[in-house]
Amino acid sequence: MEFRQATLDNGLEIVAEVNSNAYSLATAFFVKTGSRDESDEVAGVSHFLEHMVFKGTARRSAEDVNRELDELGAQSNAFTSEEQTVYYAVVLPELQNQIVDLLADIMRPTLRQEDFDTEKKVILEEIMKYDDQPPYGGHEKSMAAWFGSHPLGNSVLGTQESVGALSQQQMMSYFEQRYSPTNMTLVATGNVDFDALIEQANQLCGDWKRYDVSRNTTRPVGQSNFQFVTKETSIQQYIIQLAESPGSEDPNRYAARLLATIMGDDVGSRFFWELVDPGLAEFAAMESYEFQGCGVMMNYVCCAPQDAQRVLDVVQHEVDKLMTGGVTQKELDQAKNKVCSHVVLRSERPSSRLFSVGSSWTQRKSLKTVKETVEAYQNVQLDDIGQLLEMYDLRKTSTTAVGPLSSLQLP
Amino acid sequence: MRSTIYSESFDNGLTLLAESMPWLQSAAFSIAIPAGVQREEESNRGVANLLCDWMQRGCGQFDSRQFVEALDNLGVARGGGVSSSHLNFSGALLAGNLRPTLGLYADLILRPHFLPDEFEDAKQVCFQELRALEDDLHQQAMLSLRRQMYADPWGWHPTGTLASVESLTETGAKSYFDTWIRPDETIISVAGNFDWNQLRDEIAALFGNWKSSPGQKNFLGSKLPEYVHIPFESSQTHVGLGFEGIPVSSPDFYQARAAIGIMSDGMSSRLFSEVREKRGLCYTVYASCNSLKTQGAVLAYAGTSTERAQETLDVMIEQFNDLPKGVRQDELTRLKARFKSGIIMQQESSSSRASSLAADWYHLGRIRKMDELEAIVDGITVDTINAYVAANPPKNYRVTTIGAKRLEVPSGISSSDA
Repeated sequence: MEFRQATLDNGLEIVAEVNSNAYSLATAFFVKTGSRDESDEVAGVSHFLEHMVFKGTARRSAEDVNRELDELGAQSNAFTSEEQTVYYAVVLPELQNQIVDLLADIMRPTLRQEDFDTEKKVILEEIMKYDDQPPYGGHEKSMAAWFGSHPLGNSVLGTQESVGALSQQQMMSYFEQRYSPTNMTLVATGNVDFDALIEQANQLCGDWKRYDVSRNTTRPVGQSNFQFVTKETSIQQYIIQLAESPGSEDPNRYAARLLATIMGDDVGSRFFWELVDPGLAEFAAMESYEFQGCGVMMNYVCCAPQDAQRVLDVVQHEVDKLMTGGVTQKELDQAKNKVCSHVVLRSERPSSRLFSVGSSWTQRKSLKTVKETVEAYQNVQLDDIGQLLEMYDLRKTSTTAVGPLSSLQLP
Repeated sequence: MRSTIYSESFDNGLTLLAESMPWLQSAAFSIAIPAGVQREEESNRGVANLLCDWMQRGCGQFDSRQFVEALDNLGVARGGGVSSSHLNFSGALLAGNLRPTLGLYADLILRPHFLPDEFEDAKQVCFQELRALEDDLHQQAMLSLRRQMYADPWGWHPTGTLASVESLTETGAKSYFDTWIRPDETIISVAGNFDWNQLRDEIAALFGNWKSSPGQKNFLGSKLPEYVHIPFESSQTHVGLGFEGIPVSSPDFYQARAAIGIMSDGMSSRLFSEVREKRGLCYTVYASCNSLKTQGAVLAYAGTSTERAQETLDVMIEQFNDLPKGVRQDELTRLKARFKSGIIMQQESSSSRASSLAADWYHLGRIRKMDELEAIVDGITVDTINAYVAANPPKNYRVTTIGAKRLEVPSGISSSDA
């Protein structure tokens, strides 16, 4: 395994983790743009644009794009989050030239009006799909409640109204700014010919025009609050709590992830033994999410409505116990064993390394090998967890309850 | 680099399958015991699923907590669950930890504690699963469709019903365990980095004394009506559409699989282009081949807003009805590229190979090597697919809808409200 990195004259960065023994090649464009970069008038545009990128270019129709991806036998997709939009494909190594040609081309989409109108219907269907699916938009509502007016509280999907009102011109101007080569990274992992990749990128992306792009990275102040989203048809009650935790540049993120494993991993955690194992909750998770400049620790539980108060009391009790008593050496060692093993298992596929390498570069401009990542977890000591808990008060939360209930008490 | 395949049949009926992939750091295993929903009856629906949970609550020298801690310390990424055919435990781990992990699973399968208070907890977990499932409308539509395609118990979902789980007893669950958790036809498969001789000896030592208890029993019930509508105030109408297919063991399976691949695999597939790309009718649409041991079905789904649900169903049916008119060479060429890269990339995943080994053995009674699979794919032509779809056109559709309004279904389909 070897890291390679290069930058084109127009600012487009190229990074790769080369493993010449791999059976596949994974490649992607990471665009540093997402819902946190949107104004209210264009809420949902990043995600809608992600769909439109597959709708054709000067050289290819929408059918051509879909057809060629399939011809290459590519496992491909795209996703949009609060802070990035990623387009990826996994192919056999001999198809590097073809897949890079295709991905690079679609990064300059035509955004035709007719396609825009048809795809808008698909986006509206996607919004409705999530309306029907637990936790019924609860995640986005909880982010909005915690972050308040800070743009990290923006919805990724947008709403029926915001997407409905969006025009092709608005999308075009958003695209021109945000898809500047200075705001994008071409990432590859697995069996990559890196020299050929640079040459091809130069040829295909070298004339992309650069724009000055910035992001509002003011540090948000999380809001403590409690909101109910009443969904009478829901059988279960869903509760989401957000609290502050380390951001993506913060070295404390490893401690935070281990802490979340100890508290809320799907099996063997404190929440598991108190809530899931006795059948009091369907699931009870704690997980850390890292963004540029800040992070959130999320508790997410699902249980029967009649048990929701008790479940919330247990969650609160466990968090209180953690804040006053910390964790034990045994718990920390077990979490390290678990997390490190999973890091190594996941690394066997270039397709999974792609997201680690790409996110690491776009968030921190640095790369860590699998071995270095394992070491970073191994180096976390009990004191680090203690300091983390001094810095971040997990009792200060925003709580969102979704389901049939309209009242619950925070203990 | 190609893998090497091994197998060993033990006197008690247990089969060990293994695929050596020495380029990996990991190993993965699957233990498939033919004690799935197929062995259940109306009176004990959901018992296999409950048993699967109860078994994991203490075994051998470990109590429930010690067992979980031991697996966590070995870094085992694991799963356990029930399908229509099997009760299954699986895991992936760093290769060096394979031996102690298999030891833990031998305790789980041969020496579970079955404590009474843990039985009540396991039951509560099953209730949680059932309630959460009720909130998943997409899955509800597909569960109903399965019951329209397959007679009970094959169509039943492993979770059972609230009433059936309520009535399950410790004695009933233990008796199910005694009867059906047995080495006969059980498959242990391992893929990844291991030493075959050592593995075979370990499995012999761990499971060699597991007592065989032959005997078969399958109750056979009925199917749901041809059209099921479940009224629900949802944003979308969830449409399940199915028709009869063929099982993996059929010599024609790959013809059928290719035809459905042309309908649904990839962004240039017919359903994706016609339903989503051209008409913008939905976000999710797909069709898949489902296979039991001796029967198969094609199961399709689309989620769409109520006012466009009728058009969505009509377009889906039209696309399936057009299939016997034939597929094109360019469609097949694309599909083959997808199959080919899928086959090669399986070599990056010990987990996916471990589960494929077990599936091959269950469906075919042997392992299909990579070369054989490649030869099958090479042998598929437009003519072979077209001959298959001409002789076996999609027909006798079954439809489930969940949503605000009933839909018009093709004539000849009888219906009921659920």
